[in-house]
Amino acid sequence: MPEFLLQLKDFISQPWLWYVAGPMIAFIMFLLLWMGREFGISANFRVMCAADGADNLADFFKFDWSSQGWNLLVALGSVFGGYLAATYFTPNQVAHVSEATVESLKNLNMNFDTGQVPLVPDFYSWEALFTLKGLLVIVVGGFLVGFGARYAGGCTSGHAISGMSALQLGSLYALIGFFTGGLIMTYFIIPLIF
Amino acid sequence: MKMSRFIIIGILLGITLYKSEAVSWFRIYEMFHFQSFHMYGIICSAIAVGVVMVQLIKRFHMKSVEGVEIKFNPKDSHWPRYIIGGTIFGLGWALAGICPGPMFILLGSGYTVLVVFLLAAMTGTFVYGYFRDKLPH
Repeated sequence: MPEFLLQLKDFISQPWLWYVAGPMIAFIMFLLLWMGREFGISANFRVMCAADGADNLADFFKFDWSSQGWNLLVALGSVFGGYLAATYFTPNQVAHVSEATVESLKNLNMNFDTGQVPLVPDFYSWEALFTLKGLLVIVVGGFLVGFGARYAGGCTSGHAISGMSALQLGSLYALIGFFTGGLIMTYFIIPLIF
Repeated sequence: MKMSRFIIIGILLGITLYKSEAVSWFRIYEMFHFQSFHMYGIICSAIAVGVVMVQLIKRFHMKSVEGVEIKFNPKDSHWPRYIIGGTIFGLGWALAGICPGPMFILLGSGYTVLVVFLLAAMTGTFVYGYFRDKLPH
């Protein structure tokens, strides 16, 4: 591989700081607006339901879902992106969380040394799916995310990024809701089930 | 091909959220404990840059690649659906530590069990769609 490509690979492989990632996300939103589309990943769940025949069961799924193929391609692209990032650009799969987080994880019996917190927890696995914790995280978590995102009319991308950027009041309410739910789960429910 | 641009945008999104560790359950846990500025920095700087971009698009009546002026449809700001739906979403977000984007990204990075998460999220979306008329909005 040419030297400059190796340097580029090393450059991308560093952990990305917030002021790199945030503007990049805004740029992605801009690219989609330029294409005449709106950034919002969770809308794909509705498209996938409709494409699987849910349009025969509820009016909510009777819409021109074939015109939403572009959004499925964004999701498909992000699957590729995840593969590329994990395989080529992330030499150590570590989440660089704060010292305080390393300490409070110990309360959940997750004992990691500083700098050794994995990017992905061990309960994202097929084995863990058949434990109470894995089942709650993956199945109940997934259900709540899918239900709540459509109820609120969007998820983190649609409301927190697209909606807030367009100064939509509804998106601010949704963001307040996201944090209300998130804090209840983090402080009152996770300590009970982990 | 025209459609390949959306795949490229998705790849960019995947690499960005993976490399900034926004896909990590531990980062979400840290965020909800207010133990680091990292996630707030990502969200706030994305919004700050996004607001400027949207204002510029509006100011200069920018057209999309299809030649149509880019429009922002105002959302209905009647609050119950956002607060109730948002809170339910937040419960799931903090529990699973992933939202829909990171779910697709981690699926690609090899966590195939997230197919189950995807099916659960589709089920959640379906149940919402089915009972939509009976829910307060």
